[in-house]
Amino acid sequence: MEYDVTIGLEVHCEVKTNTKMFSPSLNAYEELANNNITEIDLAFPGVLPIVNYEAVKKSVKMALALNCKVPSKMYFDRKNYYYPDLPKGFQITQMHDPVGTDGYVNVFVGDDVKKIDIHDIHLEEDTASLDHYDTYSLIDYNRAGIPLLETVTEPCMHSADEALAFLDALRKIFIYCDISEARTDRGQMRCDVNISLAPKGSSVLGTKVEMKNINSFANVKAAIEYEIKRQTEALNNGERIIQETRRYDDVDNKTYRMREKVEGVDYKYFIEPNIPPYRLEKEFVEEIKSTIPMLQFERINKYMSEYDISKYDATVIVKDKSVAEYFEKCIELGINPKTCANWVTSIILAHLNKTESPIESLYLTPKMLKDLVKMVEDGKISSKQAKQVFYKVVEENKDPLTIIDELGIKQTSDDSAIRDIVKGILDNNAKLIEEYKGGRSNVLDFFVGQVMKATRGQANPTMTSTIIKEEIEKR
Amino acid sequence: MIEKTIEELRKDLDSKKITSSELVKESIELAYKYQNDYNSFVTICDDAAINEESKGALSGIPCAIKDNMSTKGILTTASSNILKNYVPFFDATVVEKLKKAGAVNIGKTVLDELAMGGTGTTGHTGPTRNPWDKERLIGGSSCGSAAAVALGIVPFSIGSDTGDSIRKPAAYGGIVGYKPTYGLVSRFGLFPFACSLDHVGCFTRSVKDAAIVMDGIKGNDKRDMTSLPDTNVNFENEITNDIKGKKLFYIKEIADRKTYEDDYDEELEQIITNFEKVIEDYKKLGATVEPISFDMKVLDAIYPAYLTISCAEATSNNSNLTGIIFGPRGEGESIEKIMFDARTKGFSELIKRRFVTGSYILQKENQERCFLNAQRVRRIVVDKMTQLYKTYDGMIGPAAGSIAPKFKSENVDKLSKRNLILENYLAIGNFGGFPSITLPCGFVNKMPIGLNITGAVRKDLEVLNIAYALESIYPYKGQIAKEVK
Repeated sequence: MEYDVTIGLEVHCEVKTNTKMFSPSLNAYEELANNNITEIDLAFPGVLPIVNYEAVKKSVKMALALNCKVPSKMYFDRKNYYYPDLPKGFQITQMHDPVGTDGYVNVFVGDDVKKIDIHDIHLEEDTASLDHYDTYSLIDYNRAGIPLLETVTEPCMHSADEALAFLDALRKIFIYCDISEARTDRGQMRCDVNISLAPKGSSVLGTKVEMKNINSFANVKAAIEYEIKRQTEALNNGERIIQETRRYDDVDNKTYRMREKVEGVDYKYFIEPNIPPYRLEKEFVEEIKSTIPMLQFERINKYMSEYDISKYDATVIVKDKSVAEYFEKCIELGINPKTCANWVTSIILAHLNKTESPIESLYLTPKMLKDLVKMVEDGKISSKQAKQVFYKVVEENKDPLTIIDELGIKQTSDDSAIRDIVKGILDNNAKLIEEYKGGRSNVLDFFVGQVMKATRGQANPTMTSTIIKEEIEKR
Repeated sequence: MIEKTIEELRKDLDSKKITSSELVKESIELAYKYQNDYNSFVTICDDAAINEESKGALSGIPCAIKDNMSTKGILTTASSNILKNYVPFFDATVVEKLKKAGAVNIGKTVLDELAMGGTGTTGHTGPTRNPWDKERLIGGSSCGSAAAVALGIVPFSIGSDTGDSIRKPAAYGGIVGYKPTYGLVSRFGLFPFACSLDHVGCFTRSVKDAAIVMDGIKGNDKRDMTSLPDTNVNFENEITNDIKGKKLFYIKEIADRKTYEDDYDEELEQIITNFEKVIEDYKKLGATVEPISFDMKVLDAIYPAYLTISCAEATSNNSNLTGIIFGPRGEGESIEKIMFDARTKGFSELIKRRFVTGSYILQKENQERCFLNAQRVRRIVVDKMTQLYKTYDGMIGPAAGSIAPKFKSENVDKLSKRNLILENYLAIGNFGGFPSITLPCGFVNKMPIGLNITGAVRKDLEVLNIAYALESIYPYKGQIAKEVK
């Protein structure tokens, strides 16, 4: 039997700020445990939360980037539960009035465009991290209180690919908007997956299974695929799917039951009394809106429609906002978009990847690239030489024009100078001219080679070839 | 010497008639002298930092601080076993401000466990007794702070007030108890009971002293987001007893003998008679006093709404007390069991009952019926008061429905109107964050009784003036419990 798969995601992402969500402790990745903590993070008696407005601004920015409705007032709620990773015994989060609701984001799934509906996005604080050992557990409170944005989608995805496409797009938005580094390897981005299967065409959703805290996109994909397989087999065997929370194990690529959900846990939410409601003025929201850069999806569309660049190249260029901005600057300076795309995707990005450096540190400015491209277009150097020049530029941190001068590779496009040399060579090779006229076309390459030799490679090869043909015709 | 008011002590200190170290020494001696009989203190600071340099009104003046205010390096227990060995490493803002003003903390005072209670009998070090009559309680939760001032150990003390925890003990102790506008004094470092209702305030033996203390501890605090912006007001300089033309009101049903038909006695008759005299005295001072009728249903709902909101917030606020990061570590095989054990052993039955109640109130299926309805009552009361404050400068009423009860009192759990309304309506001040003061206004059966004045938000000066005016025509200013005199 065939089934419709329905997937919803809850994605936690740490927000990049100087200090924590409700305390002046540093929000910094820290090797040393329990180094960034104050009495507030550890909930000593009498401490009070102080809202980090940088985090508020960034949360509003993210809500707007996800096309969400932003409330007129910012509230926080308490989510009450006991766990040692939660010093206060409650987490300050947003339940009644999240910073963003009813949004969407368009993503590419292969060549198709898919609209992912966002239920809400809310601002909260992270918990401490726990390491469990056989007879004891270690608690690191560095993470306790780090601002966290949780994005909750509607159950609107139907495959692992769609889920992955969304996660990737979401991650890029976080990075593009400078809200988070969104590094999964540091646990900055973590994902809960809700998945259900229903008979194909069914109007009601199947029983929901939740998979908690998956820490890499590859694991999200593997977990979804495993779960689709497991549930399909179970349903085909006439078994009932139980509403439960499962844990994905990336060692054997399977999911395991953690707990059965009879009723949802009651977190006894209520409005946090220590934080007065904060009015999000229209101007404030508008101002934040104006700081949102053009996002990946829109950029890809623009490159494809306005610059006639392939989707593949466009996708490669927009991956990093700085690269996209570099690219756009180049176009602004008048470099042909396709030529520019070639330069960026093949030469520049390859170099950056190899040297593991950001484009900001690239010595070759868009203006320099323009000069370099113009030299090729004007026939003054070959494409191959341009590439050599590029490597010299980034190696020696010198202007490409200087490098060209130093290398002495500027091609001679002086018609009469080349013509004189050609004449001299032809004069000494009457026999070969005959052979050429007789149909041995590779003789032309020999003559070109002779001219190059004579000019130490500085003659423009295309021009040389044309002149040779013209001079042979005359004889 | 120490039995004088702050105002008088200031003059003596400035004229070198006395030194701060002499005052502090006297305070500490008295603290020890009365400790056995009255149990005001959890900790007496033998090594209190003497301050001889004059830095302002409170400089060099001894004081006592309720043991639910965080004091750096000084045991702070909240009178609970779960914090019995807790020594904070930071000062509450109010403590910091007192230090800056040069006041000398000579001890941490007993409270009802975690400030939850109104009897002053539930602290982990035992009950606090009333200096006017040892057989009676002083009320709570700021019992030790009230007793220390009524005993004349210190001229002022710091308390906290969530329902009436300053204003009720002040009435039972024949002293002044003041709870300012919510946000005027920072709550940073106050161990929370119910943060939307919690206030830091003070006990003194004169209204002007309350103004002086308030000048020292008020002020915006970046560490408390509910703290109010600073204003230029100086209560000590601006306080006046000229209240001609001021408009006062009282709740008609509260002063009406008929309200209490089911629980009426001679004591209550005297309290109401006294209140009627206060009304006449205010009229003599040039103020108008009018009765305002409240819906009985609203009055009946104040105490249940208060209990509902405060228990709900309390159960959440005290969830940090698990023995994991601080406090006595519990035993058990799992983390959950360790926390469970610490809390089982650390709290008294009364506290557990409040937490269970609070937890019940916050459960999804009960929130609408319990928690949100209580919030609606709160809103109705605050709206009504705010509306009245457009016309009136203050509300007056008896601070309590009886004199300080004896320890084994029978009528505590009786759901009479007297208990339900008269004994608990001061929570109105906490609902709206209204400034509210209690000052002595007479005696019934040789025990002091108090008058309460509650004003509009941020009209602290107005409330102090109204109290100051009455005090100036009454003989109770600066009084110390007769039993110890």
